[in-house]
Amino acid sequence: MVPQKIKVSFCMYEILEKKVLSDAVKLMKIKAPLVAKKAQPGQFIILRIDKKGERIPLTIADYDRKKGTITIIFMEVGKTTKQLGLMKEGDKILNFVGPLGIPSEIENYGTVVCIGGGVGIAPLYPIIRALKQAGNHVVTILGARNEELLMLEKEIDEISDEKHICTDDGSKGTKGFVSDVLQKLIDDKIKIDIVWAIGPVIMMKVVADLTRKYNIRTIVSLNPIMVDGTGMCGGCRVTVGGKTKFACVDGPEFDGHQVDFENLMLRNSRFVDEEKHSCKISGVE
Amino acid sequence: MPEQDPKKRINNFDEVPFGYDEQTAIAEAKRCLQCKNRPCVDGCPVGIDIPDFIKEITEGDFEKAAVILKNKTNLPAVCGRVCPYEEQCEGKCTLLKLGEPVGIGRLERFVADYILRKGEKLPKKPVPTGKKIAVVGAGPAGLTCAGDLAKMGHSVVIFEAFHAPGGVLMYGIPEFRLPKEIVRKEVEYIEKLGVKIQYDVVVGKTISVEEILDEYDAVFFGTGAGLPSFLNIDGENLAGIYSANEFLTRVNMMKAYKFPEYDTPIKIGKKVATFGAGNVAMDCARTALRLGAEKSYIIYRRSEKEMPARNEEIEHAREEGVIFKLLTNPIRFIGDEKGNVKQVGCIEMKLGGPDTSGRRRPIPVEGTEFKIDIDTALIAIGQSPNPLIPQTTKGLEVERWGNIKTDEQGRTNIPGIFAGGDIATGAATVILAMGAGKRAARSIDKYIKSNKQ
Ligand SMILES: Cc1cc2nc3c(=O)[nH]c(=O)nc-3n(C[C@H](O)[C@H](O)[C@H](O)COP(=O)(O)OP(=O)(O)OC[C@H]3O[C@@H](n4cnc5c(N)ncnc54)[C@H](O)[C@@H]3O)c2cc1C
Ligand code: FES
Repeated sequence: MVPQKIKVSFCMYEILEKKVLSDAVKLMKIKAPLVAKKAQPGQFIILRIDKKGERIPLTIADYDRKKGTITIIFMEVGKTTKQLGLMKEGDKILNFVGPLGIPSEIENYGTVVCIGGGVGIAPLYPIIRALKQAGNHVVTILGARNEELLMLEKEIDEISDEKHICTDDGSKGTKGFVSDVLQKLIDDKIKIDIVWAIGPVIMMKVVADLTRKYNIRTIVSLNPIMVDGTGMCGGCRVTVGGKTKFACVDGPEFDGHQVDFENLMLRNSRFVDEEKHSCKISGVE
Repeated sequence: MPEQDPKKRINNFDEVPFGYDEQTAIAEAKRCLQCKNRPCVDGCPVGIDIPDFIKEITEGDFEKAAVILKNKTNLPAVCGRVCPYEEQCEGKCTLLKLGEPVGIGRLERFVADYILRKGEKLPKKPVPTGKKIAVVGAGPAGLTCAGDLAKMGHSVVIFEAFHAPGGVLMYGIPEFRLPKEIVRKEVEYIEKLGVKIQYDVVVGKTISVEEILDEYDAVFFGTGAGLPSFLNIDGENLAGIYSANEFLTRVNMMKAYKFPEYDTPIKIGKKVATFGAGNVAMDCARTALRLGAEKSYIIYRRSEKEMPARNEEIEHAREEGVIFKLLTNPIRFIGDEKGNVKQVGCIEMKLGGPDTSGRRRPIPVEGTEFKIDIDTALIAIGQSPNPLIPQTTKGLEVERWGNIKTDEQGRTNIPGIFAGGDIATGAATVILAMGAGKRAARSIDKYIKSNKQ
């Protein structure tokens, strides 16, 4: 007998929609009704493609409770994301678990600056939406290496009060880093109550270093290597305020001024050689 | 019992003991005195009718022996491998006083393997009661509870966070001690009894306890003791330092030892130090050897006598060349310029008077600091209950270490919520978790029947 309310789905997770955002960045909508029902901004999922696959975390880029779907946006960097990128609409993912982690603390802060770098723009999107709904004045800064890698620009434009774009090569918006734009906002004496920064570790570090000087509270979302995502292995541990935290259950969002980014970078490069090797022999290089 | 040669076995993940053949099993069974007072049964946490199943072996009726075993244990092939028999049934065996006890654990394994090979008949289908029960966690406690409830005619769903069943049996205990195929087959049997397992559901996140109670007549928590403890010393977050859980999960559940055929990597280098001296630590140190470590140390702050691991595991580790550094306590990890661990700083210890646990307290000997070169450190100093369920179940009473508080029957302070296994006792054993699952199944049945609407 299958229970009715908690729809028990003894099946795999279907890819309902796939979009190629750029060469290496793909968007997918995955059928996962239980996860969609509970998902909140700031949370993530863990997936495993097939029986021999590894478990990888991906931040939730959007969710549709009615349709029972979760949107993920990922950059193809390792074996699993490359393999995922090759999958098509109608294909199924073996395991998909979530929503994991603590949701973003959404409230009316006043003026919020939301900074997204590269694929970090994806998880930022539902957070911006929630912050806007909570009544904040939302200023967004989107940055990427080049125009190609900028994503969700239109969607974010619609829900932001103010939007700034920058690229490393100047192919779109101002030439420079997100931190340059932030510095300018600060110099312009705009009153910033809180900053949300999601992107490459180095970007979050630079932003946090800058806001620390001006004492502006800054939330960052960390992406360490994970296995279970439920607090069981400690592989995701990060140093925050001198204390060890498990990003999967205590985070993934933390006070950017307290995070030891050097340690995070180092722990994230633990398996770089193995990853390369895996890509090479499986032909997804 | 014949075993794989230590020199060979450190190069593979195959099971170490070969198991009895029929003749040896019958000969061993014949040694049993069939004592009237049955001390062995008292020693068994689930009260298996040991002399009875052994008697059937002497008569060559292995199927009947299996039926007797299955009356009390749903996972005999697992228990026959990982139970601490020397402290339980075999520790009470009358023959022990005369020398060697009957090899009860090995006989259990023999019968269980026989019936797994042969395929076993399912018990008669019970009359459905129409009641629905949710079990959280597919470890030995949850599986046992679910299996027993299904046999009583209830409809049971297990919600499991991971993508595979078995709990520690799958992610923790290594292949060479408990082949995963065995676990899978025992789980299959439980599924055949009618139990449904729903993977990828983290209760407290994917669905809440309230939602479960809205829909089910009762719930059992068998969520285990999954939270790894760390040493809390300097440098512990350097790369190359893993909790036993992470290391063993990567290797056992994700099959990193078959990387790159499987996608999950592990990297251990040549010198590996494991901290702690329980079963988990032995499993880590022996796994490290199999992954190619040239030196695999066990570093433990007390002496040989206090090591909590089973003797058999310590013996196996020793035979395989694990180096024991006893009365040694780590004080900090030292990294190289890239942030990988390269050394552990230690201090020698001596034993003082007994502490609250009754064991002699280790005391540092001043001025004895030294360093050991290592490429990898594995922290195996214990696990505590996973806090997710207690945190997300309003009003649930927990004890000091975060264990869910239950009575003998597995009842918590909230009617309809039951718990057992490591989540209630703290990290213990497979058989105790199973026993708790069985007792809870009985009390859930009673609760449901007395709760007739
Ligand atoms: C490496 C190692 C070696 C061991 N060796 C031995 C040995 O030789 N002999 C012995 O007797 N004992 C041994 N033990 C101990 C034994 O394995 C445990 O006592 C036993 O497995 C506990 O069973 P359990 O069912 O309570 O929990 P577990 O086996 O821990 O199972 C709990 C299950 O619940 C799931 N879960 C947790 N939280 C949630 C949630 N919120 N939602 C859904 N699912 C959840 C987990 O994923 C897991 O599958 C060993 C333990 C380890 C770690
Ligand atoms: S991923 Fe295992 S504890 Fe966080």
